[in-house]
Amino acid sequence: MNLSSEIPLNYMILLGTLVFFIGLVGVIIRRNLITMLMGIELMLNAVNINFAAFNHYLYPHRLEGHFFALFVIAIAAAEAAVAIALIINIYRKFGTVSVDDVDELKY
Amino acid sequence: MTGPKIIFYILSASIVMFAILSLIDRRILRAAIYLLFVLVAMAGLYYMMNFQFLAATQLILYAGGIVVLIIFSILLTSQINSKLDPPKASHLLAGIFTAVVGIVLSAITILQYTFKPSQTPGIAVNMHTIGMELMDTGDQGYALPFEVISVLLLAVLVSTIFIARKTRT
Repeated sequence: MNLSSEIPLNYMILLGTLVFFIGLVGVIIRRNLITMLMGIELMLNAVNINFAAFNHYLYPHRLEGHFFALFVIAIAAAEAAVAIALIINIYRKFGTVSVDDVDELKY
Repeated sequence: MTGPKIIFYILSASIVMFAILSLIDRRILRAAIYLLFVLVAMAGLYYMMNFQFLAATQLILYAGGIVVLIIFSILLTSQINSKLDPPKASHLLAGIFTAVVGIVLSAITILQYTFKPSQTPGIAVNMHTIGMELMDTGDQGYALPFEVISVLLLAVLVSTIFIARKTRT
């Protein structure tokens, strides 16, 4: 199935833009470390939509966008694992995961 | 309206709707579940673009791995009924301003440009092609990033255990 006759590429990129900025707003307005991490995941996914869409519409004979999206997913998983280890450690030390209360680097 | 069009509109509407819901819901566990819906709908989008392997990876790694990790950490760090504080007015203003300006500017740019879709026949994205390209050291191969990412995953494994272990005092 080729989508290029059905849906213009612009709509795909517009969708990616919307999701990216929703994730950005999540990082800006939320003060909880876990919800900020969720905003970052949304932003990474928006980028993946763009990679996959460009690959499918403009270079269907190559697989570069596909592989880039795969590597982005792997790195996002690694990033989430490290972030959650840090968050749990912060919670043990400070008793909270709000960025406003975590204000000491050394204790 | 044809089939793929309808499916695309349903998927993209649910992606945007659940993303906004996960942003504004103050019950943090529900926000995580809305994030799960966003990720599953994105897997559907990849499936529409013929990237079945990418869709499966998205489902397994994101929906099965990362969301479960996030839910675990929510349960470890907060009460199940706890509500987040409402955001400060200054943060809210800054966020909405950034989003509106960014979305308007990008949308104008995107909608003005007309892309010409490629007419070359696409290659079949099956497991054989993906496996051959991942292990290929030639021009179109991805053997180097594949090896680098395995080293990265090992480093993440070690560092995560080091960070999260209980310190003996």
